[in-house]
Amino acid sequence: MISTMECAVDAQSLISISLRKIHNSRTQRGGIKLHKNLLVSYVLRNARQVYMNEKYAEIYRMQQYEEVMTVCNEIQELNPLDLVEDCEEQTGDCCGSVSESASLCGALLPVSHQAPSVQHIQPSSACSVPLALQNEEVCKSPDPSFYRSCCAEAYPVSNCDFSPVNNMHCNKTTVLDLDTHVVTTVENGYLHQDCCASLQQCCQGAQSPAKKRKLDFGYYVSEIEEVPDFTPCKRAKFEDSSYACTEPLDTSNISNLISIFGSGFTGLVSRQADLEQALNGQFCSKQALASLGAWTRAIVAF
Amino acid sequence: MAGAGGGGNDVQWCFSQVKGAIDDDVAEADIISTVEFNHSGELLATGDKGGRVVIFQQETENKSQSQFRSEYNVYSTFQSHEPEFDYLKSLEIEEKINKIRWLPQKNAAQFLLSTNDKTIKLWKISERDKRPEGYNLKEEDGRYRDAATITTLRVPVFRPMDLMVEASPRRVFANAHTYHINSISVNSDNETYLSADDLRINLWHLEITDRSFNIVDIKPANMEELTEVITAAEFHPHQCNTFVYSSSKGTIRLCDMRASALCDKHSKLFEEPEDPSNRSFFSEIISSISDVKFSHNGRYMMTRDYLSVKIWDLNMENRPVETYQVHEYLRSKLCSLYENDCIFDKFECCWNGNDSVVMTGSYNNFFRMLDRSQRRDVTLEASRESCKPRQVLKPRRVCAGGKRKKDEISVDSLDFNKKILHTAWHPQENIIAVATTNNLYIFQEKVN
Repeated sequence: MISTMECAVDAQSLISISLRKIHNSRTQRGGIKLHKNLLVSYVLRNARQVYMNEKYAEIYRMQQYEEVMTVCNEIQELNPLDLVEDCEEQTGDCCGSVSESASLCGALLPVSHQAPSVQHIQPSSACSVPLALQNEEVCKSPDPSFYRSCCAEAYPVSNCDFSPVNNMHCNKTTVLDLDTHVVTTVENGYLHQDCCASLQQCCQGAQSPAKKRKLDFGYYVSEIEEVPDFTPCKRAKFEDSSYACTEPLDTSNISNLISIFGSGFTGLVSRQADLEQALNGQFCSKQALASLGAWTRAIVAF
Repeated sequence: MAGAGGGGNDVQWCFSQVKGAIDDDVAEADIISTVEFNHSGELLATGDKGGRVVIFQQETENKSQSQFRSEYNVYSTFQSHEPEFDYLKSLEIEEKINKIRWLPQKNAAQFLLSTNDKTIKLWKISERDKRPEGYNLKEEDGRYRDAATITTLRVPVFRPMDLMVEASPRRVFANAHTYHINSISVNSDNETYLSADDLRINLWHLEITDRSFNIVDIKPANMEELTEVITAAEFHPHQCNTFVYSSSKGTIRLCDMRASALCDKHSKLFEEPEDPSNRSFFSEIISSISDVKFSHNGRYMMTRDYLSVKIWDLNMENRPVETYQVHEYLRSKLCSLYENDCIFDKFECCWNGNDSVVMTGSYNNFFRMLDRSQRRDVTLEASRESCKPRQVLKPRRVCAGGKRKKDEISVDSLDFNKKILHTAWHPQENIIAVATTNNLYIFQEKVN
């Protein structure tokens, strides 16, 4: 449980600060500092976990309340006398649940099963695993279903108006190995050796058989400035949000953060002022969270 | 008089000298990036961000005069590293000197290793105080004489001249590190040394520049799995087969080079379990170790993380034997320190000559002396205001919250741009060198 006592800053602003740091580090003299970026990625991960926890707790509480009231209303028609009390009790339990693991698990089930039912919502210990802050390795996704629902839930949660971006689900990581000068893309657990970085090709690796249709991302890409630097440009693959939840997410697919935010972030930051009124002060990092539901570490190792 | 014993509250520290420009407008190139005494303490070397090395020499004591120890004056200045550009990776390589390490003296000349992010250089610093005169074929200014004009022969002789100190690069150890070098350490065998970057440690022979052996490699097969980096490394002061390296996760690994050629498997792992009640967004950052130093006797090692100094007994791996809070009042400010990047500052630490006191820096030009034997600590300040000769330094106190007492300074008034990252302690005497941003302060023990 993160102690947030020192934080006048909330998880969202920490995320945008961290992204800005990663972005700035690319232009700093002396090259990208691996150590600093690694530490920043830890902060990103921690902030993201807290943010997700809060969001899901909120969703769960809202959903629970609605579901319980729906059930109660249905039951009330059958037996107006006895079950109202039970329902209220249940509502109290569920909605007032302090345990985040309970709320998260509760959020998982209605989403996946689409069958709101009071009885199915039981906290299980396994679900508390992804919520605990652990220094686990990136590749070990704590609980695939956690991320599954992240993907599914993130989109309706986001208040950002960029619907094309909301549908973006980037699950590719591009790393440049400084020793061998080979650019490698990891997508859906498949490793693709791309062409040497020195050639700066925009190769696209073999398509994963799990991939389904891709949205036309031309709309989004046209809004991004060209990445004017050394990073080989990788086009993110955009996928349908509904498909995203059934996709197996065994490996934690980290998007090519720099290529998105290196160019897109400046765009995001500049538009933030305009958006601030529209979004009632919500940070644009929300967009990041909405669109990158599955990443746990934002580092692109150099 | 060489009492390296005591420190802390027994010893009173007084101002001796300050080196560097006075004005507040600091040129980036003048920012001091490393400070190191040589093995006798007679020489004090500093490196700066501009790639320059400045060496100060202690004047030989005149024992008939006042008992106050003599001063350090500039002995040699040279440009060690220049900025470079790696065209293949489109990266600029900073000329900033990350570390200087002296070699033990073997002859009249002095040798030191200096390193930037990518290249280590061995420098020879030698004195010339005699000059040959009286050549037959050459004039004094070097021009050749017309052979026909030579009628007599003479033997050239050495005549005294003004002392000249020359620094010449004797070896350049390059192209062995993909990542940024953070440490170098000379082995007690006087023949080898190690250099460490974020993911690898290499072993070099001082005579051989075109080859080095990789002895530690923590780079994962898939960089996505990267969870920690190497932050510092040091050879044991007496056992030439032993070295330690610290990580960004707060662990220290001790390795024995006799066990295998590649020391990826540690012999000992020093780690203290994290206190779950202190968990925050920044737990990983503040547990990252910024410096590790063996004690002179080789029985202990000291580590510095963002908020504390820990002393470890080499025979006990599960927890440190002593922990000292350097500036615990910053724990509630971690958010702001993260925003202004101060949380990434890498503080160093050092032992005194007999391992009874340790010292480390803090913000607002404060530095801390932690007396192990008496379990006392004191905070002192390196400032231009206490610069009168032999002025005794007054202990400073920081008020964490609540009512501020007289003479205390509140946490919010601390200047986080004034940080002391690099300090050094004379190996035998109570003389310390403390580097603020661009000034070097030398303090000495008060002698009655």
